[in-house]
Amino acid sequence: MKALSLKNVSTLCMTAALAVSSVMMPSIASAADAVIDNAPQVSTLRGVAPLNAEPTPPMIEKVENNDLKRQRDYPQQPPTIPHDISKYQLDKNFNKCMDCHSRKFADEAQAPAVSVTHYMNRDGDFLGEVSPRRYFCTQCHVHQLESKPLVENEFVDMEKLIRKSHKQAK
Amino acid sequence: MKKIIHLLKLGWTILSKPAVHLSLGFLTISGFIAGVIFWGGFNTAMELTNTEEFCTSCHEMRDNPFMELQTTIHYSNRSGVRAICSDCHVPHNWTDKIARKMQASKEVWGKIFGTIDTREKFEGHRLQLAQNEWTRLKANDSLECRNCHQFDSMDFTRQSKRAAAQHSSALANGEKTCIDCHKGIAHKLPNMEGVREGTSPH
Repeated sequence: MKALSLKNVSTLCMTAALAVSSVMMPSIASAADAVIDNAPQVSTLRGVAPLNAEPTPPMIEKVENNDLKRQRDYPQQPPTIPHDISKYQLDKNFNKCMDCHSRKFADEAQAPAVSVTHYMNRDGDFLGEVSPRRYFCTQCHVHQLESKPLVENEFVDMEKLIRKSHKQAK
Repeated sequence: MKKIIHLLKLGWTILSKPAVHLSLGFLTISGFIAGVIFWGGFNTAMELTNTEEFCTSCHEMRDNPFMELQTTIHYSNRSGVRAICSDCHVPHNWTDKIARKMQASKEVWGKIFGTIDTREKFEGHRLQLAQNEWTRLKANDSLECRNCHQFDSMDFTRQSKRAAAQHSSALANGEKTCIDCHKGIAHKLPNMEGVREGTSPH
């Protein structure tokens, strides 16, 4: 064995560190370092700048703004937002989303009205107003960027899985 | 009382008599020069009250609406064009401007008696203050918006689909004006209960 590949080294380190960590707490840090060193270059939102330095802010990404509905990956998925929502006011006073997406204004804006589940409380009772737990839209609904994904998406649709298992059963 | 009436009468007799020592030319020319100085001075003073420095010299405006403006596109954007307070809040047309400035005397009153001198008081008055501006812009067909944003120069093909659809229909046929949809673009909106149902929590 002339040279260990980097991956092997770090795996070894990690295994060793994990073995020791049950006895010695500080080793966890080195284990974590090993994992980070080996990870693909995906940085935090803050970027790779050290904590005491001010990183240069990245360019603002182009937001998908084509008003085309995306397919949902699973039935319960909150639909993505197919338009720009920058500077929309969404606070305890006002909800800009509901300016178009509430039942009352959906016709004039030709926006999909929020479903009735948004008016249900946790006990399943229907309220007259949007339920407080559903008020902040961006907790579930997010806009999309027109950018290259940082990592490959290996998500498999539920239906595909079902079909596959059906085939295997046959 | 009699003395005052006597003085007024004396003043009138002096004013109604032709000048004895001063020539007509002197009176005309000096009257003209005095007029120019007075008019210029008046306009300069009025323009001074139209500057951002003047508006933000009071903490009420500096700490509330001006702070909120700074996060919006009317303050900071890619091309560096920006609007100051008076661009949106004072009509450019002279007679309308004078009318607005006379209304603003009420704001001096508010300043003296501290109507909105704390954040809480400002929040309490926010809806009323906003409604004043919405009413004014609705009545003048969003004149202050249109001072910069010309409908005829809008390129719908450069707008998003939604924007183009609204601008080419409701705005084009005069059914709606800018402020109907573009409320709260330069300052935060208050609770809109009673203005736009369903957009604010109870």
